[in-house]
Amino acid sequence: MNRGGGLTDRIRRAIKDPVLPGNVLRATNTSLKKRDETVAERPDWEDLRERAAKVKDHVLANLDRYLAEFVENARLRGAHVHFAKDAAAARRIITELARRKGATRILKAKSMATEEVELNQAFTARGFTPLETDLGEFIVQLRDEPPSHITAPALHCSAEQIRDLFAREGVTDGRAPTDRRELATWLSLSARAHLRDRLLEADLGITGANFLVAETGTVALIENEGNIRLTVTSTPVTVSLVGIDKLLPKLTDLATMLPLLTRSATGQRMTSYFQLISGALDEHHIVLLDNGRIDALRDPENREILRCIRCGACMNVCPVYRTVGGHAYGWTYPGPIGSLLSPLWRGRGEDHQLPFLSSLCGACTDICPVKIPIHEHLLRMRREAVSAGRRGIPERLAFRIFRYVMQRPGLYRRAARITKRLLPAAARAGLLRRWTDTRAAPQPAPRSFKEMWREDGPRFSKDP
Amino acid sequence: MRVALFVPCFVDVLKPGVAVAVCRVLSRLGHDVIYPEGQTCCGQPALNAGFHRDATCLARRLLDLLAKADPDAVVSPSGSCVLALRTAMEGDHHLLERVFEFSQFLTDRLGVTDIGAKFTGRVTWHDACHPLRELRIREGPRRLLQAVQGLELVEMEPSDECCGFGGTFAVKAPLVSTGMGERKLKAIEDSGAAFVSSTESSCLMQIEGLLEKRGSAVRPIHLAEILGGGAHE
Repeated sequence: MNRGGGLTDRIRRAIKDPVLPGNVLRATNTSLKKRDETVAERPDWEDLRERAAKVKDHVLANLDRYLAEFVENARLRGAHVHFAKDAAAARRIITELARRKGATRILKAKSMATEEVELNQAFTARGFTPLETDLGEFIVQLRDEPPSHITAPALHCSAEQIRDLFAREGVTDGRAPTDRRELATWLSLSARAHLRDRLLEADLGITGANFLVAETGTVALIENEGNIRLTVTSTPVTVSLVGIDKLLPKLTDLATMLPLLTRSATGQRMTSYFQLISGALDEHHIVLLDNGRIDALRDPENREILRCIRCGACMNVCPVYRTVGGHAYGWTYPGPIGSLLSPLWRGRGEDHQLPFLSSLCGACTDICPVKIPIHEHLLRMRREAVSAGRRGIPERLAFRIFRYVMQRPGLYRRAARITKRLLPAAARAGLLRRWTDTRAAPQPAPRSFKEMWREDGPRFSKDP
Repeated sequence: MRVALFVPCFVDVLKPGVAVAVCRVLSRLGHDVIYPEGQTCCGQPALNAGFHRDATCLARRLLDLLAKADPDAVVSPSGSCVLALRTAMEGDHHLLERVFEFSQFLTDRLGVTDIGAKFTGRVTWHDACHPLRELRIREGPRRLLQAVQGLELVEMEPSDECCGFGGTFAVKAPLVSTGMGERKLKAIEDSGAAFVSSTESSCLMQIEGLLEKRGSAVRPIHLAEILGGGAHE
């Protein structure tokens, strides 16, 4: 399963996959259940959400000020700060740094920003591929595919698939346990043993970040496996690639953000490891990534969207994501928030289809820890697609006719009668296949309500 | 109270029995039910497709038409269409605050839960997205169902995941829509209910199409049809 082909092809492939839908459903259900349990422990959850939304709105409205403050403080503590206007610039800065340092053994901690700029591909083109040290990332790297979820990269794989993959790639040897729980432990311990030596012999470590703190120039990272800690401490040079939307004004803002993030993402009160890096590393390069963010913020309507703290809860709860998984969406950020970020930050032709890939059920909006009204923005982007003339002529024509008919009750009556008469024949002729391939055609009633009202209206008021 | 019916177009053409049932319930409660003629569509398909101006034009047309009848309240057997009117008008129409989804009108506006209905059977409840998340309708319909004599309410798990209809979404992305619907069907069937009910005829149309295709014995039935007494009474 990869991201090749058009949107429709990818959706079809995902749905027809014999194991993917089951894997995605199982994994998202588990995350949601844990999330609900730990959220229930916080009676102040709604207050936290409100506060977090306010903090992010404030930062995004004053981004230049906080960026300057962050850069100044990070430099004071000895970090080197770079600014990458776009993906190509980010790749250039980081690969150039590796070249200068003569680094060939490169470690990577889990990072969506590096996925976004396709950093691994840039290194591979130069002859050395960074080693993914996060278990999920390691799995998708072996499978030669991108992550399918922003916090659980290999969520679309079953333990059995990983067992076979690891055996094939020589990560494990010996007989795998048959018990599912034992198997999962065995697989992660095997990966750990496999990665351990290479973790200790690297010369460059690359990370992302969960937050940047302006007042202290701090890079904040949370994780469960300890691989990030090893990545930043075992290498002489560390690079952190971070989107500028991850800024927070104060260290104390983390007290608002972290419980929202960990509970929403994995249903944990706190992750196993939590790093605040401010000047403690031998050599730390922080690459601040724009890549469409500043452009997106020019329209204040988009500000709410950039509140996103990448918890992935909207993916777990989204009925569309739960049906097709992450690869179908076609870019680094899948699910409901991805359907907003992809058109905003990347904006390729097909990305503009994504806001339409939703039933607008609103489950994303309800679960979002920073109160992004995600489904309202999906609808807004649909409106913008229409006013920008990006929808096809057939659709535009259809809605013109629709409006014309619906403004004229007489015409509506006639259209309804014709539809009623033609519906069965149309269904038989296969004209309604987009409905009838999987669903029985609706049967029109013998009389419309209006006809019933005219003929029997007074009787409706009597008890039957 | 003088109550005007707002009958969504697909209810008018495909499920008129639902509107008849609403009419019966309201009359039984002693209200004067009127049906202002000339109703067409609230504009929801245009709204969700991004054709906002067309949607606003149709929403205003419908609200003006209903307002002319000078009702004390407008009641519709579709929370989704009620919401579409609000969204398209961005709250800007004097009639909007008097427009109610059927169950919310009963439980919140009238404060009624037991209307003396009878229905034999085991029913599971589908929380449709728009009523649930936008109109905050969750307990009301359950209270109404629990008060029905002979009815056993059983919960499906989960009850609040989208059925996959989503208006034109159902035909724009038929595979995804069906995939979502199949999970809903599994939840319905696992509940052991003989009937699945909801505030929305649109969701029930999706569910019905899927149930029928797989030859399931479970029957969809709108809340109003249970309360108003219909074929299954």
